[in-house]
Amino acid sequence: MYDIKALYEAQSVGEAVSLRLEHPDAHIIAGGSDVLIKMREGKLAGCELISIYGIDALRGVALEDDGTIRIGSLTSFSHITKSPIIQEHINVLGEAVDQVGGPQIRNIGTIGGNTCNGVTSADSASTLLAWDAIVELTGKEGVRRLPIRDFYIKAGVVDLHPDEIQTAILIPKEAYAGYQGHYIKYAMRNAMDIATTGCSVNVKLSADKKTMEDVRIAYGVAGPVPMRCPTAEALAKGKAVSAEVVEAFGQAVLEDINPRDSWRASKAFRQHIAVELAKRALQKSIELAGGAL
Amino acid sequence: MVVGKSVTRVDAYDKATGRAKYTDDLCDKSALVARIKHSEIAHGFVKSVDTAAAEAIPGVVKVFTCFDVPNVPFPTAGHPWSTDPHHQDVADRLLLNRHVRYYGDDVCVVVAENEVAAAQAERAIRVEYEELPFVLDVQEAMKPDAPQIQENFPGNILGHTSVRKGDYEKAIQEPGLIKVEGWYDTPTVQHCHIENHVCYAQMEAGRVIVTSSTQIPHIVRRVVGQALGIPWGKVRVIKPYIGGGFGNKQDALYEPLCAWLSYMLGGRLVKIDCSREETFVSNRVRHAIRSHIISWVRPDGTFAARKLECFSNQGAYASHGHGVNAKGMNAFPQLYPCDNVECDSYTVYTNRPSAGAMRGYGIPQAMFAGEAHIDDVCKAIGADPIDFRRSHVMPQGYVDGFSKNENYYDTFNQVMDKGLILSDFRRKQKEYANQTGPVRRGVGMALFWYNTAVWPISLESSSCRMVLNQDGSIQMQTGETEIGQGCDTAFAQMAAEALGIPVEDVHPVSTQDTDVTPFGTGAYASRQTYIGGFAIKQTATLLKERILRYAKELTRQDVSLLDIRDGKIVRTSDGRELMTLGELATEALYSLEHSEHLTAESTYQIKNNAYSFGCSFAEVEVDIPLCKVKLLNLVNVHDCGTLINPQLAEAQVHGGMSMAIGYGLSEELKFDAKTGKPLNNNLLDYKLSTFMDHPDLTVGFVENAEPTSPYGTKALGEPPACSGAPAIRNAILNATGVAVDRAPVTPHILFDRFTEAGLL
Repeated sequence: MYDIKALYEAQSVGEAVSLRLEHPDAHIIAGGSDVLIKMREGKLAGCELISIYGIDALRGVALEDDGTIRIGSLTSFSHITKSPIIQEHINVLGEAVDQVGGPQIRNIGTIGGNTCNGVTSADSASTLLAWDAIVELTGKEGVRRLPIRDFYIKAGVVDLHPDEIQTAILIPKEAYAGYQGHYIKYAMRNAMDIATTGCSVNVKLSADKKTMEDVRIAYGVAGPVPMRCPTAEALAKGKAVSAEVVEAFGQAVLEDINPRDSWRASKAFRQHIAVELAKRALQKSIELAGGAL
Repeated sequence: MVVGKSVTRVDAYDKATGRAKYTDDLCDKSALVARIKHSEIAHGFVKSVDTAAAEAIPGVVKVFTCFDVPNVPFPTAGHPWSTDPHHQDVADRLLLNRHVRYYGDDVCVVVAENEVAAAQAERAIRVEYEELPFVLDVQEAMKPDAPQIQENFPGNILGHTSVRKGDYEKAIQEPGLIKVEGWYDTPTVQHCHIENHVCYAQMEAGRVIVTSSTQIPHIVRRVVGQALGIPWGKVRVIKPYIGGGFGNKQDALYEPLCAWLSYMLGGRLVKIDCSREETFVSNRVRHAIRSHIISWVRPDGTFAARKLECFSNQGAYASHGHGVNAKGMNAFPQLYPCDNVECDSYTVYTNRPSAGAMRGYGIPQAMFAGEAHIDDVCKAIGADPIDFRRSHVMPQGYVDGFSKNENYYDTFNQVMDKGLILSDFRRKQKEYANQTGPVRRGVGMALFWYNTAVWPISLESSSCRMVLNQDGSIQMQTGETEIGQGCDTAFAQMAAEALGIPVEDVHPVSTQDTDVTPFGTGAYASRQTYIGGFAIKQTATLLKERILRYAKELTRQDVSLLDIRDGKIVRTSDGRELMTLGELATEALYSLEHSEHLTAESTYQIKNNAYSFGCSFAEVEVDIPLCKVKLLNLVNVHDCGTLINPQLAEAQVHGGMSMAIGYGLSEELKFDAKTGKPLNNNLLDYKLSTFMDHPDLTVGFVENAEPTSPYGTKALGEPPACSGAPAIRNAILNATGVAVDRAPVTPHILFDRFTEAGLL
């Protein structure tokens, strides 16, 4: 039995926006796999909820005319993993979200919820960040788009205006065409776990597969919000594919990340693992792109 | 012969389809909901409680505080009662506590009409404390200036027992000895049965009726009577199907409080349903035990002397107390007999959750320390772990002076032989001998010592009732409880065998109800198949005699020429089937000449105990840079005597191996050093291993019939959880050369140890 004061169910994006304005204290609930847990813990006890779960228009993965991949915010993790569009163009995202929780959570949990939570450990977040995803937000003024790295403000806080809901995640063609990537979730067990650290890398190789034209890397749980590593990226970009560069790339992430000491893991341990994951994820990405060390 | 066959569980279809009823399914929906306010400090006194806001919440019926409960200390351990006051369990509990002794102690309880109101009220209660210093570490708690946790136990030592054999001090003077010394830590873990503890109570005709998810209904009846200060006959306890217990429910948990609440509310129906978070902290946990072992080894590899000190973290209340650590200690001199031994075991109160019974009862801790140490000895002297164990382990014919247990067979060598084959150990040992890369494989093994049941420390008895139906089938009741392990099925097989009827014709009454179920102490100590077998055999024999006497009246054949075979009365001289048991039973009930309800009931007191030994073999792959262990294979081999139901036995071993995997690699309840607050009392942060963390589990049995058992059987409930963790630890040692000194061997620990060892 949940301590819910009121539940408002939106049937359309417009109705959701109106409900947001009418009930400024209400929380948005989609699949509920985070909100209901917080309520059970007493953190959101007695709150009002606006459910957007019934807005079917926000479900599904589509390829737009300009090649942009559009992922409706209510698309479940399992649907993302099984989407042929995702599998063809950005398979790593499907692999990453396939590591969320267990099968039931992947069926109910949505990518919109996973990003709007603002948590650093979200399995989708580092990959979306590493692929320069765009967040689409819809409010009373219409649609607003911003890069996902600007969407995250601080731990648990995202740039979502009081009248807005997140309606889609977009990945522009230039962000994915020619790239191959790999995500490694490092956790204490092989399922039903939260990442100790998660690392997503992608690379675009030259036609001869000898040069890294672009390298992008993002982490979860390496700081308060999911983060990119500009120093490491700059170091590798334009370099020849080699074991030495992979090693230097791994060490360089320490310039960018800022994991904390907590009872879950020490800072030294997280840093050590982050370096190792960067190297392994880059190596695997290079291999997926047809290169070899 | 139905004993020895893998017959389908008697409850399989009901459980698989969801028809089986558990405590919460049976509770009437009109029940009031009780919610406990737990202490938010680790140690101190409650100065005052403000319940005004809580009581004003709509739906709240009543708030009780620690100032309201009777000052009647009671024990909670699920041990048989002792009529000797010196052997009774420590009574250090009250229903709610002013002196709170751990973060999570019970301070107040809200009773409300629904869960939401109860939760709101629980949050609205304001408790003012006088805080005291607290101590979490077992050895810190033994220091003279440590906070004192229980008034009657100055120095915090709940129990201290010793073993002395030969002359240790003299023996270690022998020239040329190699000293191998180690400290080994095991973690606080929780049982994590799928059904949290839940109970409900109401009053009827001046008596309190408690329905509970418990392993020990007859013991809970006694404890509720003690806690409420009412005659035990005024308490009735009902135990339906339960979703696991693993020892947590071998304690009186919230049944006394629930019964008291009903009593205080005019007999209204009250339910206490623990959350997972409460189950982790405010039920029971496994004792974290720190062991210090010194072995003095001669150059020829024999032991000159050995020493063990083990320090058991009891937590705030006695529960099962020192018995757990004492059992582990007593295994030490038996498993590897040595002429000169000193052992000291201490059980010490700390400001942690109370430790109680948990599958293995001190043996998983003792085997982690002891078997890790044996591999450390082997490493120190360059011995092969298998050969060394063969040379030193308890030999065939060994008799323990106290329990009179005898090692009738060459069990340890037999289980190792089988384990070596099943794990392909020797080939892999060679293959993994000289690895240098970042990812290395290793193999390791560990033995375990276990003994069945609790004789001669405590009472061992079992009672059984059989009632013949008109169709020749029987109902069977025992005090032994089905807690998921399948004892109802094993008992049905035993009864069918003893009576000569088809197993389908035995209907075990799964629910225990202390008003109608014969006395039995319940599911613990891996005792039930062994102990229950005596009473079942005896009662079946009694019933059979009565049936055959009646058959004589109907058939005019002498009893000595009659038998029951496959549900039919048979003349043994020529094998002729004279009538079916159903025909006899119908006649016996309705006969106008001689009507008799054919039943039998008896108690059997057992004054024996049986060793139950085995081993585990593990194979791991260690990714050194990632500090990760992948368990590739795990093999358990057991000699639990004759198997009653091989399929159920194998499933039992799988479950225990799974527990051992978590114990060895991932599970630990953690506490904040600054506040004593539990940090990970939920199934996300507490790393119970999942299916994805398990390799295929391989199980082997060596079936040496136990001579003292009518069915040749002995312990298998707990033994499967005892040796897996040290086998995994020893495999990691084999792979990396790093001897980890604690369980679980998590990536955090490996990061530290690999760094120290220069591997990172």
